[in-house]
Amino acid sequence: MGYTLDFSVVWDHMPALLWGCLGTLGLALAGMSLALVIGIFGVFARGSHIAWLRRLVIAFIEITRNTPFLVQIFFLYFALPSLGLKLNPTVTAIIALGINGGAYSIEIIRGGVQSIHKGQVEAGLALGLHKGEVFRLIVLKPALRAIYPSLTGQFIMLTLTSSICTSIAAYELTSVAQRIDSDTFRSFEVYFTVTLMYLAISWMLMSAFALISRQYFNYPTR
Amino acid sequence: MNTVFSLKDFVFLLAGLKWTILLSAIAFTGGGIVGLIVAVARTAQSAWLRRVMIFYIGVFQGTPLLMQLFVVYYGLGLIGIQVPAWAAVTLAFTLNASAFLGDIWRGAIQALPRGQTEAATALGLPMVSRLRDVILPQALRIAQPATVGYAVQLIKGTSLAAIVGFIELARAGQIVSNQIFAPILVFGVVGAIYFVLCWPLSFYSARLEAKFAASR
Repeated sequence: MGYTLDFSVVWDHMPALLWGCLGTLGLALAGMSLALVIGIFGVFARGSHIAWLRRLVIAFIEITRNTPFLVQIFFLYFALPSLGLKLNPTVTAIIALGINGGAYSIEIIRGGVQSIHKGQVEAGLALGLHKGEVFRLIVLKPALRAIYPSLTGQFIMLTLTSSICTSIAAYELTSVAQRIDSDTFRSFEVYFTVTLMYLAISWMLMSAFALISRQYFNYPTR
Repeated sequence: MNTVFSLKDFVFLLAGLKWTILLSAIAFTGGGIVGLIVAVARTAQSAWLRRVMIFYIGVFQGTPLLMQLFVVYYGLGLIGIQVPAWAAVTLAFTLNASAFLGDIWRGAIQALPRGQTEAATALGLPMVSRLRDVILPQALRIAQPATVGYAVQLIKGTSLAAIVGFIELARAGQIVSNQIFAPILVFGVVGAIYFVLCWPLSFYSARLEAKFAASR
């Protein structure tokens, strides 16, 4: 019994798949925004004078980075309602992605902050720049430039990781694909197409990030 | 039906853990062997060979691991190869690991001074000996922290085998959780087991990195 590939099924469901792509991008964007907020607060808490707060942040980073995202999302999916938070799966997925990405972002942002030496700030002030200018030109921009490659890489990773959110039936590309698969039994055709879609998404993101980098960070360091 | 987390459930989780470790070990070994070939081909003289490897690495790094699992899992059946689920899953993880390890080692090979290759060539060493005796031992040493770090990613990644029904640690957790209706407790325990497995490796990787940074 031969099996003939039939991509017409995929073509019939193209609108749903394209909406799924948007769902994935939205999920990743929302997750990354939350991750950045956690990242920035985390950096402050990580460098705090309060010992238990510092230890808490370190524990959060280590636990998050040394357990699988699948287990994290299952845990949150059941743990959040017991805290009285009845959320739909997509919101739960955003929180899970934000927490996971946040743990990595703390370390990335911390590296950027540490890359700015105190002497540079003092030099800027000595040259007669305003405090605002010093922050914007001497602290923020070089720090952003230092963390830009890791942070954008993190965003692409988060986009790919978001496919795991199908396990709690959040709205994104993989869950759309799984629904089409269970309706049509054209598993290979569906997943092959969706894989190409993810590839297109990550290549587009990579090109966009490279373009932005050339626009804004294209100045010599020394 | 029991509704408390008993010793029997814990033993069931440990049986799942055994498969997580086995799957990770096979994928790491297989991925390491194929990854060496990827790394060498990625840094080869021939431009088309390099381009093929850039594409190979790009595909695995640019798509979700879960999709790679699905495509291999359903694709093997399609081309008429009937294999059990565990074999398909192992193949998918091995291919994925080969791309990531290949890229890590590519970076290490390129980080070596050009003079190493040039001196080996000038001494008349054939390519195989140049790689085996000069380039790879140094490159793999530089790549140690990243390689150990990737092992953590791989172990965590094997949890996705649960989605295609392979009973490793994460899937075992789902099964126990469904039986005793204590998802928070069970996934907490499962997470803790992963942590015990991964954290020492992360710690070791960070220590290696600090050691290399200090020696430079």
